[in-house]
Amino acid sequence: MTEPIVQVSPAWAVLAPLALLLFALAGAGLNGALVARSAGRPVRSGAGAPFAQVARLLRQRRQVTVAADVLLWRIGAGGLLVVAILKILVIPLGPWTLADLDVGVVWFNTMDVMIWALFWLIGWGANSAHALVGGYRFLSLAVSYELPLMFALITPAVAARSLRVGDVVAAQHDLWFVIWMPVAFVIFCGSVIAFSSWGPFATGAGRDIAGGFLADVSGVDRLLILTGRYAVLAAGAAFAVPLFLGGGAGPLLPDWLWTIVKTALVLAAFVAIRHRVPTIRPDRFAEVAWIIVLPAALLQVLVVAIIAVGS
Amino acid sequence: MLVDLLFWALAFVSVASGVAVFVVDSMARATYALAVSFIAVGIMLVMAGLEYIGIITILMMVMEMAIMAVYMVMYMGMNPALMPMDMTHSKRWSAVLAVGTFVLLAAGALLIPWPARVGAPAADLTASLGEAIMGPKMLAMLTISPVLFATIIAGLVIANPRGRYDRWGDDLKRGTPNDPMRGGLGR
Repeated sequence: MTEPIVQVSPAWAVLAPLALLLFALAGAGLNGALVARSAGRPVRSGAGAPFAQVARLLRQRRQVTVAADVLLWRIGAGGLLVVAILKILVIPLGPWTLADLDVGVVWFNTMDVMIWALFWLIGWGANSAHALVGGYRFLSLAVSYELPLMFALITPAVAARSLRVGDVVAAQHDLWFVIWMPVAFVIFCGSVIAFSSWGPFATGAGRDIAGGFLADVSGVDRLLILTGRYAVLAAGAAFAVPLFLGGGAGPLLPDWLWTIVKTALVLAAFVAIRHRVPTIRPDRFAEVAWIIVLPAALLQVLVVAIIAVGS
Repeated sequence: MLVDLLFWALAFVSVASGVAVFVVDSMARATYALAVSFIAVGIMLVMAGLEYIGIITILMMVMEMAIMAVYMVMYMGMNPALMPMDMTHSKRWSAVLAVGTFVLLAAGALLIPWPARVGAPAADLTASLGEAIMGPKMLAMLTISPVLFATIIAGLVIANPRGRYDRWGDDLKRGTPNDPMRGGLGR
């Protein structure tokens, strides 16, 4: 029961950040619950932990470092949430989308590149060694995340012969892309997690460098960064749905509800992976990315391109 | 009307942040001021109907600026880029050159007898722009690009301080390469 995707009035854009924040909150709640469970505390208290955290950070006084570059620091802290909101503009919710861009896939990719700058700016702004190391750690691996992601993103676009997200959804009418391009799907998921500096890729904020780019942020700034991280993760999970999981397609439920259900499931998997997979050593990851992941992504594009041309 | 206003606002932002590159006293700020300028230009390209080129401009330029900041800080070793510093040098000559170039280009833009528009804009502007730029020169580009690519590879091979002979020994017979830090695959 997939319907053609239509662009809705920009007035609905007010709801998009709200929905994104709810997803971010749900992600944080799940993370809290998983942390509580592994620590043997009641799961419910863990799930409510984000609320306590928000209240605490809103009241916390801002820590100040000497000669901080406050302008760039604030841009970095606030930017993550903005980028996540801009990302979801091109993601169709069932039959509706806010911006039916011709080049929606490239738009998403561009917003990912913004994150390169933002995490580095957070690290730079504090004018402290650990934060700077964290920022550099993220940025130095960003190419290793980005190139496989780019090829993972164009794989569905090649199959759909269009960079428009609506066309990519329509092309999955018969068969979801995740089934015949699983490698691209896995690489996409990995890159989304990496660009959120989350789970196995969270070394930019690692404990071994005293929290990295999170070391010196406090109060509202910290709240914005942590929320922005979950929001970027949620936006990536939401983009996996039109790209690989058939958009709003599904039995019984309406299209928009299926989009939400699928996004929630992918986001839950992203959050849970943090508690299942060990941290990946940043000094060793580049070689793996360039020698295994990138050729795998290229091979996947090749296979898909041959099938797309042949059919 | 609104579109005109947005266009002029973006034009102002792009020029103002371009000026900021030379006014600010920090490497990071100069770099990201330039990034802001490019973002404004990219949005203006989107407004001109060149969606793909506009968005790809933003993508490439933000990526380049992020990397450039790292290199600028890295290579500014003797003059610590972590401290406030002046972003300009050879001030008098660069001012003369900049003003001269501006006057020349602006005079050209204002004085040239622009032809009146004939026909309507193409349906797919990006494709027709590509055709206009590349169409008649495709053969030349096809010849030049392999040469350029080979030059880049050759330059890297020559400049790379840790090439295969350093890593695997003069007769390439070393079992494991002699690397200061081993990669994730144990190579």
